[in-house]
Amino acid sequence: MNVIVCVKQIPDPAQVGSLDPTDNTLKREGKLILDESDSYGVEMALQLVDTAGGGEVGLVSMAPNDEMSGLRTALAMGAAKAVLVSDAELAGSDALTTAKVLAAAASRLGDIDLIIAGTESSDGYTGTVPEQIAEVLGLPSITFAKSVAIDGGTLRVNRQTEAGYDEVTCPLPAVVSVTAGVVEPRYPSFKGIMAAKSKPVEKVTATDLGVTPVGWAGAGQQIVEVAAAPEREAGEIVEDDGDAHLKIVEFLDKLKVI
Amino acid sequence: MTVTGYAAPLTDMRFVLEHVVDIGALAALAGFEHADPATVIGILEEAGRFFAEQLAPLNRVGDVQHSRRNDDGSVTTPEGFAKAYQRYVDAGWPAVPFPPEYGGGGFPWVVAVAMQEVMTAANMAFSLCPLLTQGAIDMLLHYGSEEQRETYLSKMVTGEWTGTMNLTEPQAGSDVGALTTRAVPADDGSWRVTGQKIFITYGEHDLADNIVHLVLARVPDAPPGTKGISCFIVPKVLVAADGSLGPRNAVECVSIEEKMGINASPTCVMAYDGATGFLVGEANQGMRYMFKMMNTARLSVGLEGLSLGERAYQQAVAYAAERRQGQAPGASAGSAIVDHPDVRRMLLTMRAQIEALRCVAYLTAECMDLAARHPDASVREARQELADLLTPISKGWGTDLGVELTSIAVQVHGGMGYVEETGVAQHYRDIRIAPIYEGTNGIQAIDLVGRKLGLRDGAAVTELLDAIAATAAEAIGAGDDLNVIGIALDGAQHALRQATTWLRQASADGRHDDVLAGATPYLRMAGVVAGGWMLARSALAASAIQGEATFTDEFLAQKTVTARFYATQLLPQAAGLLPAVTAGVEDLAAARF
Ligand SMILES: Cc1cc2nc3c(=O)[nH]c(=O)nc-3n(C[C@H](O)[C@H](O)[C@H](O)COP(=O)(O)OP(=O)(O)OC[C@H]3O[C@@H](n4cnc5c(N)ncnc54)[C@H](O)[C@@H]3O)c2cc1C
Repeated sequence: MNVIVCVKQIPDPAQVGSLDPTDNTLKREGKLILDESDSYGVEMALQLVDTAGGGEVGLVSMAPNDEMSGLRTALAMGAAKAVLVSDAELAGSDALTTAKVLAAAASRLGDIDLIIAGTESSDGYTGTVPEQIAEVLGLPSITFAKSVAIDGGTLRVNRQTEAGYDEVTCPLPAVVSVTAGVVEPRYPSFKGIMAAKSKPVEKVTATDLGVTPVGWAGAGQQIVEVAAAPEREAGEIVEDDGDAHLKIVEFLDKLKVI
Repeated sequence: MTVTGYAAPLTDMRFVLEHVVDIGALAALAGFEHADPATVIGILEEAGRFFAEQLAPLNRVGDVQHSRRNDDGSVTTPEGFAKAYQRYVDAGWPAVPFPPEYGGGGFPWVVAVAMQEVMTAANMAFSLCPLLTQGAIDMLLHYGSEEQRETYLSKMVTGEWTGTMNLTEPQAGSDVGALTTRAVPADDGSWRVTGQKIFITYGEHDLADNIVHLVLARVPDAPPGTKGISCFIVPKVLVAADGSLGPRNAVECVSIEEKMGINASPTCVMAYDGATGFLVGEANQGMRYMFKMMNTARLSVGLEGLSLGERAYQQAVAYAAERRQGQAPGASAGSAIVDHPDVRRMLLTMRAQIEALRCVAYLTAECMDLAARHPDASVREARQELADLLTPISKGWGTDLGVELTSIAVQVHGGMGYVEETGVAQHYRDIRIAPIYEGTNGIQAIDLVGRKLGLRDGAAVTELLDAIAATAAEAIGAGDDLNVIGIALDGAQHALRQATTWLRQASADGRHDDVLAGATPYLRMAGVVAGGWMLARSALAASAIQGEATFTDEFLAQKTVTARFYATQLLPQAAGLLPAVTAGVEDLAAARF
């Protein structure tokens, strides 16, 4: 069972980020870390390989300046190897180019049974890359997985919906996107960190992959407008005079969450 | 920011590790090859994230719930502690600095100290369990027999078993030599230990399967005082020859204290009732052994001041940005309190001393590493002396500052700081123990003036003063902002030299009461100057690497701001302390209480 996880390395969300004023894209020059929403995919992949009793977890990532920090975290969690695509020409790539790059990078890691990605990255939120990878590779794709199981040559997914979940199956190999928070990602152990130092990471460029960079200018997407997030409003405090539960239900009802 | 809000100050830690001390150079030493800076930073990132996410949220829980003793003598730690401890063990963090022969990672001590800074900041009460275990490991590594090491060490290095240090008895606190716990030989080569110990940190708990107590006791016919103390291993559960756990030993936690802080850390009264013990090393050598390993434990306690100072500082900065009150000079509407000059003074006073503490603590640890590993014997010796000198300073000055820094953080919060809800008051209560245990700060000061100033007949402290003077000269020569830092440092260094000379003379004249009278102001002075020295080095390093990509220009520029503030507004305290050091005992002796 060989599983590939697409992992994005993003600016630390704990730091205040900034946009490039010329094109409104996020500045990504500083140190990057593993996108938390990809840590779930890594954990899921490790569990699947464990259950299968053999195989490996491979990683693919596209990042500027040979950035390795996030990959190192995922390798320390237990992934076996990685392909890192780092190429100044790829700066400003849109979702489709990113998908082509990741698909080509994944193909360098040998036989693939399953490709896992997060449903969307925490810094870009386009939420379309996993499906585009599937299309590029001609594989079936299932989105919003809250749990994933392998049954022979079949992928069984509980796919999150607004009302609950659907049970969906498809043949392997396939691409699946997992929602954040569905498993508890392990922390890298001290031994894992030390072992990660000697795990193979292949560094490649767009040319190595046969993908033509189009930059932000040739992107199939545009950022039309940027607006400041609304200030957080003061919360509402419900005093419990015996009927607090009713007030809470009413409040949630107003929000249309129940 | 929530009360759990704490993130490891990784950028700062990294700056100090790479540019104030030199972990790159440590990695060049035999045995540390695997500890290259990139690996060290990677370890600190992951450990830092683990501690901040898993331990910091339990800090308040522990404060509220306390560890509790049950009727059967067992102790239950607060909710979540056992699970967090298990995860800490599973992740392998306890093993990082210990020798590979016993399952350790073989990393330099300075790396352990950096990890400890974060763990302690996240949860001081939790961190004491690993801390005491570390002390016990240290003792067994140096003085345990091969068999004892095999039986206990690997389990303690992994953290599966924990350790304690049992010195204190009701009549034997600072004066350890007054202890009366007895050990008599048994037929099988083991000993039977009987007596009562008080204030034993994590003497009983539910975090691990076994607790390895190290107990100081007297053997029959032992000489009186510190010359007649022996050290024994007394496991809570006896260990069979095959390593499996056997019957319970005759040791029991008979009560735990209600305290001002570190409520999650059980402080136990331990009763030994003919408990089976195993002598460590030779009889009557216990005090000598304790001295040998005291440096690391004292540095770790000094670090607690840094850790809680940093945690309280992070909260204070966040609160100051959020709280709106009054109008700052030049503002057109209401201001966040961070805009008031006096609040900025509080924040910068905290930050400058925190950064100074971090540099001094890491330097002390680096000295320990070089003293242990450097190929050149003269370097080993010189670094050992510097570590010996810096240790009481790190402990005494570090923990006094810990109290002051957390107090300032309470002040920044105004009335809300006095209210437990903000969580900042807890840090102030928690850190208050640090000037007391592991040798009170009074005892640290006496150690500094009594033992350490005389190292190599005063040459060791002179070399330290010369090194400080050299940094001052370098800063003066560097011009611009660094110039004023250098001038201030040189002035402070002169004052410290004068104080040192006075104390050495008083000592040579046999005026020991005068020396003891000046001990505490001298330790303070030495701390203030050591901090100024390190911040000057930090500013010099920052200006040297300006433009390199690892640190932003803003970060590096702030190093100069901090160092200049310290040099011009805090460092002058050093000269102000000179009269107190050199006043002699006269007034103290004349006072009637
Ligand atoms: C929470 C907590 C945890 C602890 N954990 C442990 C532990 O795990 N193991 C352990 O063995 N002990 C532990 N201790 C004990 C601690 O180390 C002692 O409390 C400390 O050594 C001081 O001893 P004492 O309390 O008897 O104070 P005293 O020695 O009575 O000191 C009282 C005051 O007199 C001063 N003084 C005493 N002697 C001199 C002197 N010769 N010259 C000048 N001044 C002097 C002291 O500086 C102090 O200010 C702990 C204590 C606490 C409160």
